[in-house]
This record gives sequence, C-alpha cells and structure tokens, in this order.
Amino acid sequence: MISLKGVSKSYNQQTKVVDDLNLEINDGELVVLVGESGCGKTTTMKMINRLIEPTSGDIFIDGKNIKSLNKNELRRNIGYVIQNIGLLPHQTIEKNIATVPLLCKKDKGEVKARVHELLDLIELPYDIYASRYPRELSGGQQQRIGVARALANNPDIILMDEPFSALDPITREQLQNELLKLQVELHKTIVFVTHDIDEALKLGDRIAVMADGNILQYDTPENILKHPVNDYVEAFVGTDRLWKTPDMLKAKEVMNKKIIKIGADRPILHAIELMKEHDTNILIVVENASSKSSKMLGILGINRLKGVSNPATKVRDIMKVDVIKIPQDMSLVEVLNIRKENGIQYSPVMDVAGNIIGIITNTSIINVLTDIVPDKEEY
Amino acid sequence: MDLINYVKDNYDLILKLTGQHISLAGIGVLLACAVGIPIGFLIVNHKKLSKVVVNIANIIQTIPSLALFAFAMPLFGIGSPPAIFALFLYALLPIIKNTFIGINNVDPAIIEAARGMGMSKTQIMFKVEVPMAISVIMGGIRIATVTGIGITTIAAMIGAGGLGQLIYQGLSMMNYEMIFTGAISSALLALLADFILGMLEMKLTSKGIVKEETI
Ligand SMILES: Nc1ncnc2c1ncn2[C@@H]1O[C@H](COP(=O)(O)OP(=O)(O)OP(=O)(O)O)[C@@H](O)[C@H]1O
Ligand SMILES: [Mg+2]
Repeated sequence: MISLKGVSKSYNQQTKVVDDLNLEINDGELVVLVGESGCGKTTTMKMINRLIEPTSGDIFIDGKNIKSLNKNELRRNIGYVIQNIGLLPHQTIEKNIATVPLLCKKDKGEVKARVHELLDLIELPYDIYASRYPRELSGGQQQRIGVARALANNPDIILMDEPFSALDPITREQLQNELLKLQVELHKTIVFVTHDIDEALKLGDRIAVMADGNILQYDTPENILKHPVNDYVEAFVGTDRLWKTPDMLKAKEVMNKKIIKIGADRPILHAIELMKEHDTNILIVVENASSKSSKMLGILGINRLKGVSNPATKVRDIMKVDVIKIPQDMSLVEVLNIRKENGIQYSPVMDVAGNIIGIITNTSIINVLTDIVPDKEEY
Repeated sequence: MDLINYVKDNYDLILKLTGQHISLAGIGVLLACAVGIPIGFLIVNHKKLSKVVVNIANIIQTIPSLALFAFAMPLFGIGSPPAIFALFLYALLPIIKNTFIGINNVDPAIIEAARGMGMSKTQIMFKVEVPMAISVIMGGIRIATVTGIGITTIAAMIGAGGLGQLIYQGLSMMNYEMIFTGAISSALLALLADFILGMLEMKLTSKGIVKEETI
C-alpha cells in the first residue's frame, strides 16, 4: 500500500504545486491521477519514487517511510514508464528490458529468461525483437517495451506518466486494452497519470481528480461520473460531455444487443409468437435461424404484419429487404442523419466481418442516453 | 620523379620527422582530451560557466597559430614543450565544445528514465551519456587531430622538429622536392589519422544511434 500523508511541494515560497495531499493506494489497485495540465500530477507521482522530494509531508510504502530508504534501491523496486518512452537508444531491446535486473546484479541467465518471458507477454517475439534497437520499432512497440522494462524487476508498484498520450488513437486504445489485460494477470499497484478523462475512466479502479495541487475527488469511475463532488469535477469529467459531443458515441454503444432471428421460411404466425415471447417489435430475418453465421436477408417489423390475413404466409414474402446496415463504429450523429434522411426506424448494426451484432431503434437510443445522463433534477 | 628520388635518398630523415610530427600532434591532442573531455562534462550542468569556457576556448582558437607558438616560448623555452603546449591549446576548443554538445544533446527524457530506474549519477554517465555522445565527442577529437597535424608543421619554426622542418628548410634552400615532401607527408598523415579515428568512432558508436552531423 502506498500512502501519501500531508504531502506538499513548492518550488518557491508563494505557490504550492502540490498542496497538503493525502492519498491511499491499495495493493493491486490501478489508480489514475487526472487533471488539467499543470495541476501537479507528475509532481505527485515523482514524489513516490523520489525523483522529486516533497517540501513537507511523508510518503509510506507498506508502512515504511520512503525517506528512510536508499533512493536508487527504491527506484529499482518501482517500475517507471514515461510519455517519451525513454528507452536507451544505444542498447538493444533485450538490454533495455534487462536494465534494472542487471543493475541489481541478477543472474544473467535468469535475466535473459525474464526478457524472453516479458517479450512473450507483450507479444513481440524474442527472436525478432530482442536484438533490435529502439529506433527499429514503431512508437507503439517502443511503448510496449517501456512497459516490459518497467515489469522486468518484478516490482509491486508501477508508475506511469502519460505513457500512451504520444500515440495515435488506435494504438493508444490497443495499449490501454493490453494494460487492462496485463493488470488482470499481474495485479500490480499502478499509479497512472493522464489528462485524458476518457482514459482515466477506462483504466482506473479509482480516479483522483486533481486541480491546483489538490485532490478534489478520489473515487471509482462510476461515482465520479454519477456523483461529482462539485461543479469543477462535473465540468471536468463532463457528465454531459456525450450530449455536447455525440460524436463520441458509437453505433455499437447505442444499439440494442438483443437481436431475435427468424428463419425466412417460417410462417408469420411464428414471427408473432417470437415477438410476443421476446417482447420486441423487430426480427432479423436469416436463412437459417439456428446457424450462428447465417446472413441477414432482411428485417421484419411488427407493422408489416398488419393486414396480412393468411397466418401461413412466409416471412420471406413480407420482410423488408432494402435495409441499411450500420457499421459498428459509425458515430451516433451519422446514424441519426441516416435514419432521418431515409425515414428508418430500425437500423441493424454490423461488425467488421459484416455480422449483425445489434439493432438501433428509437428506444435503444433513448435508453442509452438516459443511462449516460444521470438524474440531477428532482421531478 | 625528383620527388621520388628525394624521398628514396632521405628516407630515414623523413621517417624520423614523421615520428616527431606524430608525437607532437599526438601528445597535444591527448593532453587536450585528458583536460577537455572532463571540462566538457563539468560544464554541462552549468549554463553560465559553459558560456565562459566555450568563449575562452573560442578566443584561443582565434589567435594566429604562429603567434601562439611564439607566446608559448617565454613560458616553455624552445623545442617540443612550447609546441606541445600550443597544440594542446588549439585542440582544446573542438574537444570541449563537442563533449559539451554531445552530452547536452542527450534527450533529458532518457536521463530521467535512467534516474527513474535507479541508476546512480556515475552509472548514468557511463551507461547513458558517454555511449550516446561518443560519436559527437569523437568528432571533436577528429577535428582537433586533423587541424593539430596541420598546425604542427609550424612547430619546426620554434625548433620542435616534425615535418614542418622539411618545409622551412626547403623554403630557405629553394628545394621544392623538400617542400612538397613535407607538405604532402603532413597532409597524408592527417588523412590517415582521420581515417583511423573514423574507424574507431564507428566501432565505439552503437548501431542504435543514428549519427548526426556536427561541426
Ligand atoms: N522544477 C520546477 N520549478 C518550478 N515549478 C515547477 C517545476 N516543475 C514543475 N513546476 C510547476 O509545478 C506545476 C505542476 O507541474 P506538474 O508537472 O506536476 O504538472 P502536471 O499535472 O503533470 O501537468 P501536465 O499534464 O502538463 O504534465 C506546474 O505549474 C509547473 O509549472
Ligand atoms: Mg505531467
């Protein structure tokens, strides 16, 4: 456990960059420090591995005051990942990852095995990458190496200062997911600094929202979103940010994942039964409803059933075939436009492979939006 | 043809003078390395001091070489000591400057990462700064060596010997073979030294570092 007790830092007498900060981080927890530029996130983090010494206050790791520990020893037992990656350009990937264990004079054979293991973990094969130099890797690969290097000495604590913010959005998301996956396996105590609230919400077990050297709120992502302690936090996390930027909402996030399939050759009687049973107005018509990969032939809305007198009519004969399929990553704004222009009620959503994974209806959109926007008013 | 005959006839003398030339320039540059590289390191973290030091070295560089040799004489008498002293002063600037630039240009993020991993100051110096700056430092040594070998020809004027002796004697005797032999040998020596140092630089520089051209 890491605890910061009354920690302050000032570079001159007037302003406190970090102001009487208290923070407890449990073992195995991923805590994100988030806040605007200059609010003191990096300073707070660097005090934990004593790259910066606090002006006052104490920091304890597992009950030990870190002031009483040797600086370099302390740092060798805390993984450290920074935005600029900071790999040693003149050393191979193998040597880079091995840096700290070698500083600690670990057995060379063991270290080599460890490098092998870590490269496997981050899915960069040893035979291809170990002997390369950092400049021979992409930015994303380099940052993976940065993470592997931080893990090399098997520290319990890892500090990460905006590790992914220099990467393109796709790579960033990949690395975020990998970090979450790693964390499930490794259960490290991670302090993660970012100014990106989305990243914070995605990664953090708990999030500390900082401003002017203070922690305004320290809580789970859900509570930060639903119960911001004050206007600043509310504005910063932007509970209404999805309203302001509906571009951030993707088709797959507003779709109803419950899709009911029906075989094209079934009678409409069966369709009515299915709708009743699943409490839905819309069915996806496929060649064969029991096959998972069956292609969508059309959709059948409840309104199409009106006025069909023969209950033995096949679904195929009355289904709507010219259906506009929505790619899963299309933004809500575009989806709404398409629906408006074409006067559509039901929009099936497909994944990259073209499989139908959900359906957007007016209800699904409203459900999602009411979920996102917490009730603030009493009615 | 006369040139070849001259070289054949005076083989021993040329060899002896070349030896003198190499030791004058070599000792001058080595001393400059011994003093200049540590100075370069020391001034990296002192902005003001670094300016002062580089300025002083710049000023030394602007003193005409002949004058510098002359100034050194009252201090060291005649012969090799004043020559070596002057050569040492000349070599100082490129070595200090390149060491300073090389170390100063190491990305602070990398130093920070190294500190964060628990490297001590000495470890950072030898495991990070020196290997990353080595090609720039070597560049300074190469410049110092090439110019040093050129300037050493003047050392003959204060009785230090070296290939310059052939040039000055040749001039006074109007013996062109002698002049050319001195000049060409000195030029070849400079090229050879640069080549050897270049090889050494390549050996010392990690393949992971893309060499930046520096002056
Ligand atoms: N060495 C220093 N001397 C004086 N002030 C400093 C120093 N280092 C940081 N500061 C100041 O401390 C404040 C907090 O800096 P810090 O690096 O912790 O911010 P941050 O929250 O990490 O911001 P960012 O998101 O931009 O990285 C800033 O206002 C900065 O100007
Ligand atoms: Mg920062």
